[in-house]
Amino acid sequence: MVELASSLSHLPPFTALFIGALAAMLLRGYPRAVVMLSMPILGALHVYLLEAAAFSDIDFMGLQLQPVRVDALSLLFGYLFHLAAFIAVVYSLHVKDSTQHIAGLAYASAAVGAVFAGDLLTLFVFWELLALTSVFLIWARRTEKAYSAGLRYVIFQVFSGVLLLAGSLMLYFESGSLLFEKIGLHHSGLSQLGALLIFAAFGIKCAFPFVHNWLVDAYPEATPTGMIFLTSFTTKVAVYALARGYPGTEALIWIGAAMTCFPIFYAVIENDLRRVLAYSMINQIGFMVVGVGIGTELALNGAVAHAFNDVLFKGLLMMSMGAVLHMTGRMNGSDLGGLYKSMPITTVLCIIGAASISAFPLFSGFVSKSMIMAAAIEEGYGIVWLMLLFASAGVFHHAGIKIPYFAFFAHDSGIRTSDPPKNMLLAMAMAAFLCVFIGSFPSFLYERLPYEMDYWPFDLTHVLTQLQLLFYSALAFVWLNLRGMYPPELRSTNIDSDWLYRKFAPALIKNLVVNMSKLTTVLKLFFSAHFNQFIKDAYKEEGTKSKGYFSKLWPTETMVIWVAVLLAGYLLLYYW
Amino acid sequence: MKQDNKVYFFDKPENIKKLLKVFYGLCAILLLLDFVVHRHIVHRFENLPGFYPLYGFVGCVVLVLIATEMRKVLMRKENYYDGDDQNG
Repeated sequence: MVELASSLSHLPPFTALFIGALAAMLLRGYPRAVVMLSMPILGALHVYLLEAAAFSDIDFMGLQLQPVRVDALSLLFGYLFHLAAFIAVVYSLHVKDSTQHIAGLAYASAAVGAVFAGDLLTLFVFWELLALTSVFLIWARRTEKAYSAGLRYVIFQVFSGVLLLAGSLMLYFESGSLLFEKIGLHHSGLSQLGALLIFAAFGIKCAFPFVHNWLVDAYPEATPTGMIFLTSFTTKVAVYALARGYPGTEALIWIGAAMTCFPIFYAVIENDLRRVLAYSMINQIGFMVVGVGIGTELALNGAVAHAFNDVLFKGLLMMSMGAVLHMTGRMNGSDLGGLYKSMPITTVLCIIGAASISAFPLFSGFVSKSMIMAAAIEEGYGIVWLMLLFASAGVFHHAGIKIPYFAFFAHDSGIRTSDPPKNMLLAMAMAAFLCVFIGSFPSFLYERLPYEMDYWPFDLTHVLTQLQLLFYSALAFVWLNLRGMYPPELRSTNIDSDWLYRKFAPALIKNLVVNMSKLTTVLKLFFSAHFNQFIKDAYKEEGTKSKGYFSKLWPTETMVIWVAVLLAGYLLLYYW
Repeated sequence: MKQDNKVYFFDKPENIKKLLKVFYGLCAILLLLDFVVHRHIVHRFENLPGFYPLYGFVGCVVLVLIATEMRKVLMRKENYYDGDDQNG
């Protein structure tokens, strides 16, 4: 038995989830549910066994590759992704649509493959697989909107992969190694270009400002259950890749700080509540990116721990909104409200998620976000710290209050439904339990972080200041609401950077094409009129001989003249 | 849709008022604690008494006011993009 386990542990770690995806394809009914539920658990056990297993490099067409690399960083993400896959599978058990089950588990398996990839080529393969599997979770909504949003999504994702491949080849050309180690941005020549391309590739998947839009565009078009998978993997793989390749890159601190701040403005005025959560995802990833950018052991631990917690609390919030969408068919704040009356359990679970993302003491966000904030201030990034503090207040405002308030309270929309199916409630309850558990016993998570550290979040100053920040943010919400100054939920679309490629560029090209064709029409008319006149002028009358000297000659005579001219010219050149 | 004549907790204005009173009380206690507890200071702004409550309140009001202004520039009809995407 032990021997069997140890020999199985030499399989690559994504195997279990991949078998799950195959089972989703081949089996139906009970057997399928059993296999799909057990594979994430077996996969997590597999990751546990990996800690002792040794993997050797392989030689692939002369390239030294390392398909599986095991260290503290990849192990933590390995556990996280199996946990996320398990929760998402439970949440989607009621779904009949096989496409979603296959795509979901294949997607999770690609994510596991990516975080254990030891070289850039293997990473690239899983990077593209993430894109190609996940897009089906968007298309599975089977609406016109979801189809075109999915198409835009997959173009962004595949482009990111192309950049990754190009950058990797440049690095390989210069250094002769494809191993995925710390890359950084201090190279010269071709290596620097390669490093920048890989940085951009990670940046796209990480939703850096201006290339963030695939996330807020496509995720809210996904199915209620597909959304949970999407929330868990792509962006977290990108955070992992940044933490592996670019720790301590200062540019990341400012990029991350911008990411924490700008989405919250959009989130306040957005009507689609899942889109609000998508903006809030960028805000949370911003915290992780800042942590990676600071690059001290505390900051990196904070970034990784926050990624772990984010999968749970953002997943929980997404699940609660997915439950609302599943039960009511609506997702706009303007259409919802008063659902606490008929969905009380969902309401409570959503509030736990809201408290966690807002980093209330004893909830999970508190124990990880504070590490990044502490690292920022310790390393002397005062302005960044103030930006993060503003973002912390803002996240409570839009994710902590707005989401539960407009869905479950506010004005009664008159919708009466019930709590969602039991499997959805169970998945939410598991995530909620973990949010509270990690928030209350953070050492459970801290022990699994990549670096040893001496950090404890529950000191009096920290707890007090955080509570003050949050309560007075809530006070601002209450005050603005009572004064009638809070922006009401309106049926609307807010333009974002996708406007550039969905409105501006198409309009520009359309204009260009229309004007070009107008111009050619005018030019054609102009020239054809003049040309006809020219031909006409060459004749004395219609149908008679033309006026020109050469046209009166025989063609052979004309040719003799031109040959004479040619020879004369040649003679001149010869003397010259 | 079923007719629902039950009166729920938040349907009574007095319940909301009670809750708000508790909330205001907690806010006041948290502010007072700022003068009792000795916080350790890292950033110089933290020296300001009541820095965190002030920052949280002002930050959120500014956030909402700016976002409301942004609506004037950014907001379009709900079907703004409809019909564009299918062409491409």
